[in-house]
Amino acid sequence: MSASGSVSTVSRDDNLVSSSEDSSCPDDSDLQLGLGLSLGGGGAGNSAFKLQQQASFGAQYATSLTAKNFPSSSSFSSSSSSLGKPSHASCAKRSADSVANAYSSQVVGWPPIRAYRMNNITNQAKSVATDEYNSMIEKNKRKNGVVENTTNGSNKNYGTGKTKTSLFVKVNMDGIPIGRKVDLSTHSCYETLAQTLEDMFLRPTINVTGISIQEHDTRVEATRSLKLLDGMSDFVLTYEDKEGDWMLVGDVPWGMFLTSVKRLRIMRTSEATGLGPRIQESSGRQRNKPI
Amino acid sequence: MLKKMSYSSFPEDVLEHVFSFVQSDKDRNAISLVCKFWFQVERRCRKRIFVGNCYAVSPRMVTRRFPDVRSVELKGKPHFADFNLVPEGWGGYVYPWIAEMASGYPLLEEIRLKRMVVSDESLELIAKSFKNFKVLVLSSCEGFSTQGLAAIAANCRNLRELDLRESEVEDRSGNWLSLFPETYTSLVSLNIACLGSEVSISALERLLGRCPNLRTLLLNHAVPLDKLANLLRQAPQLVELGTGAYSADMRTDIFSNLAGAFSGCMELKSLSGFWDVVPAYLPAFYSICTGLTSLNLSYATIQCPHIIELLSFCPNLQRLWVLDYIEDGGLEALATSCKDLRELRVFPSEPYGAEPNVSLTEQGLVSVSEGCPKLESVLYFCRRMSNDALVTIARNRPNMTRFRLCIIEPRTPDYLTEQPLDVGFGAIVEHCKDLRRLSLSGLLTDRVFEYIGTYAKKLEMLSVAFAGESDLGLHHVLSGCDSLRKLEIRDCPFGDKALLANAAKLETMRSLWMSSCLVSFEACKLLGQKMPRLNVEVIVDERQPPDLRPENFPVEKLYIYRTVAGPRLDMPGFVWNMDEDSALRLSRKGFRTI
Repeated sequence: MSASGSVSTVSRDDNLVSSSEDSSCPDDSDLQLGLGLSLGGGGAGNSAFKLQQQASFGAQYATSLTAKNFPSSSSFSSSSSSLGKPSHASCAKRSADSVANAYSSQVVGWPPIRAYRMNNITNQAKSVATDEYNSMIEKNKRKNGVVENTTNGSNKNYGTGKTKTSLFVKVNMDGIPIGRKVDLSTHSCYETLAQTLEDMFLRPTINVTGISIQEHDTRVEATRSLKLLDGMSDFVLTYEDKEGDWMLVGDVPWGMFLTSVKRLRIMRTSEATGLGPRIQESSGRQRNKPI
Repeated sequence: MLKKMSYSSFPEDVLEHVFSFVQSDKDRNAISLVCKFWFQVERRCRKRIFVGNCYAVSPRMVTRRFPDVRSVELKGKPHFADFNLVPEGWGGYVYPWIAEMASGYPLLEEIRLKRMVVSDESLELIAKSFKNFKVLVLSSCEGFSTQGLAAIAANCRNLRELDLRESEVEDRSGNWLSLFPETYTSLVSLNIACLGSEVSISALERLLGRCPNLRTLLLNHAVPLDKLANLLRQAPQLVELGTGAYSADMRTDIFSNLAGAFSGCMELKSLSGFWDVVPAYLPAFYSICTGLTSLNLSYATIQCPHIIELLSFCPNLQRLWVLDYIEDGGLEALATSCKDLRELRVFPSEPYGAEPNVSLTEQGLVSVSEGCPKLESVLYFCRRMSNDALVTIARNRPNMTRFRLCIIEPRTPDYLTEQPLDVGFGAIVEHCKDLRRLSLSGLLTDRVFEYIGTYAKKLEMLSVAFAGESDLGLHHVLSGCDSLRKLEIRDCPFGDKALLANAAKLETMRSLWMSSCLVSFEACKLLGQKMPRLNVEVIVDERQPPDLRPENFPVEKLYIYRTVAGPRLDMPGFVWNMDEDSALRLSRKGFRTI
């Protein structure tokens, strides 16, 4: 069922706040509660969100904005706008089993812990690793004046207690106002990080009420892989290090990257000039400073 | 000298004198409504202004009405900005306020800001505009660097308080703390706990040495433990201390030095900091624990036995912030040791782990609610809850005023019965008649909102996530909660109906935030056009602007707030005011405030 264009448009003069009663709504003042398990079509991505239209809050709802105006699953009944109780809770509960165990780690801003607090847990881990790594760098510098690649930074035991600490950094992508945060401590290499970022910024957003936003938007291009690391796509992955310089991601050992990264930016390749000629190189990685 | 009105029985200065005993904003507002004469007298002598939403009124309107203000408090971004739900560049710039006050309030003494964007230019303007400037509190702010702090330190001769709590400060190095002149002695409160960079310890020691009135000192992580003793000896009169990193190699000389320094601080009532705690150093401050009323261990990764031991020395504790390492056992001990406890916050040590890493359940909270008769403020992160537990807590603590429960996994049901937690939260609102703030979590249907609308008559702030089934839920809240000021909702199936039906209610509230709900673009437009005293702002994804999608398509983020200032002028391209037409919107792109 597609969005019915004729019904969905509301003229400016309509005062929806005091529109007339929808006659098909039953006069049922009981609170309809229930974990009704009935759902056409089931599953998180296809859930039929049906509006309960209770007469108890009277005539004051928009007649034009009934459930049938939400173009989506075929389980909507077009004739009656008084729909069953699909309790959203039950839909979510079912989907909870399959999807939501991973929810809290995927959902932005949940659990509601302030960035300040997360950063502090992060910084406790970082400072331990950084001090040890920096002293090693110093030793190397003194030896031969060049910072050599070492792999010793990568497998530090972060944290002082038994805690597995997280390492959240902000990620922004050019052209998208809404930034995200990614926990670097859940990755051990650049490849998984790049994959996660591609998922974050390009995959369809599943609105957690069950409606997939991308489903409705026919204008969204087919998902394409960003291939952030090979320098072949429109975007490159860069990071700002502790000294405020922007570097291409992937040049230094993973552990060293973790100790120096402050935040990430998925930059248009056209803007990434001056960050080093990595596009041509496939080996012989060196630390490049922007000009 | 103000002219005395002939018809008044009280001369103006007598009225003014009487009014000076009335400090609360609510009462001052009431006074101003009595009659025009009182309005005029009151507005001319009001000294303190609180603006809970900086966009509700314009700076000019404030300075025009209240010409003699000495203290201003402003709040900017919505609360959910704390959890990354508000994109950068959204707004909340303080500069226009500072600019207006620089000319309107040359005698301004205090500025308190929360969730605002504060630039170095703003700080520099403060530093040079207000000769008698005394108090600067920047709570959860961002946009400034140590350079701005340098301007404050160098120029504010009468500064008493510099409090940067939980702000994001860019480190441009330079030794800003050393810029407090040698003649400067008036510091009372310094909070630099959020600073990532180091400050000069010797400059700090000298500062403490010459400021005898210092009461509050919250250091940052970079201050090492072996320097703490000396700092304490410079300021034994401290009432509030935040340590730096609380770790060092275990050495008896460091320990005894520290213990000696602590024992000299007889006035200490509040301790915080404690990053990287080495438990062996905890006993160093046992000597002052009897005086402690507030303890923040929420960054301390110490285990339950150490926490229990520490708490046993703190019988007068009123506020405890701690990580969930305290576990149920530790909370039981807390309930026994600290009978004066008023506020408890338990934060998760591993919020993103799928499995619990500690044995902290609903039982811990129940124990505290049983053992601590004054407990009234709770923030509790846990992984399971039951209706029984919530009912017990509600019955134990009808004096609860702030109750925020976060069950980490969204939509978690009662673990005993698999039922929603409606009844449990219902009991909370029913029994706790003075409840002002509530945050919900777990599996919840519309029923919980019916309870809230019915019972929560004093509720001022409600936070809802992943809850409810239909518009009825939202309708219950908007129509029932008489005292509601702030409502923030994410990921709930609430749509247009309840919002449009309760449009008038929104003018009685400070703000409403709804994200990942089911409010259509069309409804937002309608609301924006019909309600001139509301700003209806939609945060759009510019990749997929809502005006190019079906109009009943849900908007991703919606922020509605009452205002007398009209649409704001500093909206970025991704914020649309629904009162605007698109032509106007396109024409204002590129407008930026410092």
